[in-house]
Amino acid sequence: MKTRKTLRFAAVFLALALVAAACGGDDEGSDTTVDGGTDTTVDGGTMMDSVEVFSWWTGGGEAAGLDEMIKIFASTDPDIEFVNSAVAGGAGTNARAVLASRLQANDPPDSWQGHAGQELIGTYVAADQIEPLNFLYDQEGWLDVMPDTLIPLISNDGNIYSVPVNIHRANVVWANPTVLSDAGISMPTSLADFFTALDTLQAGGMDAPLAMGEQWTSMHLFETIMLASMGPDDWNGLWDGSVGWDSAAVTQGIEDYAKALTYTNSDASALSWQDAGQLVLDGTSAFNIMGDWQEGFFRELGSVPQTDYVWAAVPGTEGNFQFLSDSFVLAKNAPHRDSAIAWLTVAGSNQGQDAFNPVKGSIPARNDADRSLYGEYLLSAMDDWASNTVVGSLTHGVVANDSWKSEIDTALGLFLVNGDVEALQTAFVAAQAASG
Amino acid sequence: MAVATADIERPKAKHKLLKMESWWGVLWIMPSLIAVMVFVYGFIGWTARVSVSAWKGLLADYTFVGDDNFAALASDPRFDIDIQNTIIFTIVFVLGCLFIGLGLAILLDKGIRGEGFYRSLFLFPMAISFIVTGVVWRWLMNPAQGDRLSGLNLLFDKMGLDFLINSWHGTPTWGIAAVALPAVWQMSGYTMALYLAGLRAVPDSLREAARVDGASEFQVYRKVVMPLIRPVTLSALIILGHISLKVFDLIIAMAGKQVALDVPAIYMWTTTFDGFFFGRGAAIGMVLLFSVAILVIPYLWYTLRQERDL
Repeated sequence: MKTRKTLRFAAVFLALALVAAACGGDDEGSDTTVDGGTDTTVDGGTMMDSVEVFSWWTGGGEAAGLDEMIKIFASTDPDIEFVNSAVAGGAGTNARAVLASRLQANDPPDSWQGHAGQELIGTYVAADQIEPLNFLYDQEGWLDVMPDTLIPLISNDGNIYSVPVNIHRANVVWANPTVLSDAGISMPTSLADFFTALDTLQAGGMDAPLAMGEQWTSMHLFETIMLASMGPDDWNGLWDGSVGWDSAAVTQGIEDYAKALTYTNSDASALSWQDAGQLVLDGTSAFNIMGDWQEGFFRELGSVPQTDYVWAAVPGTEGNFQFLSDSFVLAKNAPHRDSAIAWLTVAGSNQGQDAFNPVKGSIPARNDADRSLYGEYLLSAMDDWASNTVVGSLTHGVVANDSWKSEIDTALGLFLVNGDVEALQTAFVAAQAASG
Repeated sequence: MAVATADIERPKAKHKLLKMESWWGVLWIMPSLIAVMVFVYGFIGWTARVSVSAWKGLLADYTFVGDDNFAALASDPRFDIDIQNTIIFTIVFVLGCLFIGLGLAILLDKGIRGEGFYRSLFLFPMAISFIVTGVVWRWLMNPAQGDRLSGLNLLFDKMGLDFLINSWHGTPTWGIAAVALPAVWQMSGYTMALYLAGLRAVPDSLREAARVDGASEFQVYRKVVMPLIRPVTLSALIILGHISLKVFDLIIAMAGKQVALDVPAIYMWTTTFDGFFFGRGAAIGMVLLFSVAILVIPYLWYTLRQERDL
């Protein structure tokens, strides 16, 4: 009988463990709710206002930049407690899965981070989860300090839905100056020059003059080559429906992209974007097309601009600034609406953006920043931001909603496998139909 | 605790005790029963419902669309790659584990000195999660060529085995087989343990008898031992098979998200949470469930019947 008792205990223990495990697993997804949803009581027993801000900024320059901005918020709005609900992992994939389940459960954070443009609009405006912010733009005079071409890209039906805190540029080519001068090449300015330069380097014995990384970086290469091939008007037209995906311009763009791929490294799928940048620094490759966060990585390694690396707009895209931006939104039915607006005011302010961006390694969306805070590359990006035509990035959520982008991602992934231009174009047409 | 005692005691007190006991039993398993009903079967039902809905985007949309999602998968070129990759992965992984596991078990069964040490040694990889295995083997199987050789390729180069240098998971079509190798490394020790237990259960007298009858050592295994441990092979096949159908973490850790090395579980995750195609994601989930069920249900039925016969 003794054994039976032991067994019974074991059974109870197991059952409890199972229940605990079930709860534990559940908690993982929603622990931000626990500390985020409730107002905290301060010493005197009075209720203190709070604002819950959700993001995937948990490390590196992003988290440090957010901390700087939170400091500014603490000085401008000392009565509001800032609740930082950041979810780590998967470049935001995990965070967005958590956010999706919270929104489905009607438990929104007050404000959350998202890439400005269709990634936010196509998902959260379509689901009626965020509020237009035109009143805030009018009140704070943001329309006067942000580029005119930016506003339509972050709006839907005339409503502006987010406050961009930083701007990154996608269409930048990074190059190794020593490799270029040894081969007698100057920085190419057109797609044709670019291919000639790549041919020269390949003829000179360089296997892969254009460094590329894992699958998503191929989408990044694709969007910059498409912009170079089509020009900004056709590129914008692809997303508002005025240019068809079955048009000849798209075929030409795909062929240019396919040609660019022939200069890339065979082990691309095993490399991160940092690894690809490293190939340029090492002189194994001459060029890498990547957003300007690559500069942050180069600086981290102690590389010196102009000596170890040079940059230009992707050949054929000069005068265009293909941008992406992290921005914050205002949740519909935000539990602390006023606090959330106070946070967004700081996020869009000169002070807030100058606190965030030098640390993150990006430029402010406003064109009245304190230039003494930024390095050589960022200053050149600021000048371009103020003067160039602004167009949106696909890879980073500006021009297409998540569904559309993920279908394009699949099509481009298949293209890496089979290299079938016609099938790729057909898949693009289908992607637009399925989700455009 | 002798089995015999229990057998003698039981019939006497049968009626009163059994009633009490069974009530207690039901009570004690209630928490886990409820948890399983809700979190396993409840969600299977819900996923089945979503898989025949038009749900796309953040908001639930339960519009019934019949088998549209499944039909779309059938003509989806990415899902073709998923199926192909799953088949290659399963064949390499399951056969690799069975052969290496059986080989190791037979060697250990021969009465090697320090058997306990080797047994633990081979079993240890199983204690590691697939993520860790993936990160380590990602480095070992670095496909870089030329001056940037590293990992196993560098080893081959230094040993003069240049013909073995390859691009591992970067190989077109067969890249997924390279991803299966770390999985074999990880799970063959476990398969060995299964086989070793099976071998130990084969009475020595049977082998002796075969040897006396003039069977060679190979014949002893081929004709006597193997047929007796067939149930072990079946169990191993089921366990390994369902692991390979569900593989996700190993591939993500080794190769990230790329269509060339895509499997249904990864497609399900990305299309659901990156693309918000909930209906399609649920449909892939159901396909996975059915394919695992095809493996597991006959096995459960078989073992239940065997237990009843005993």
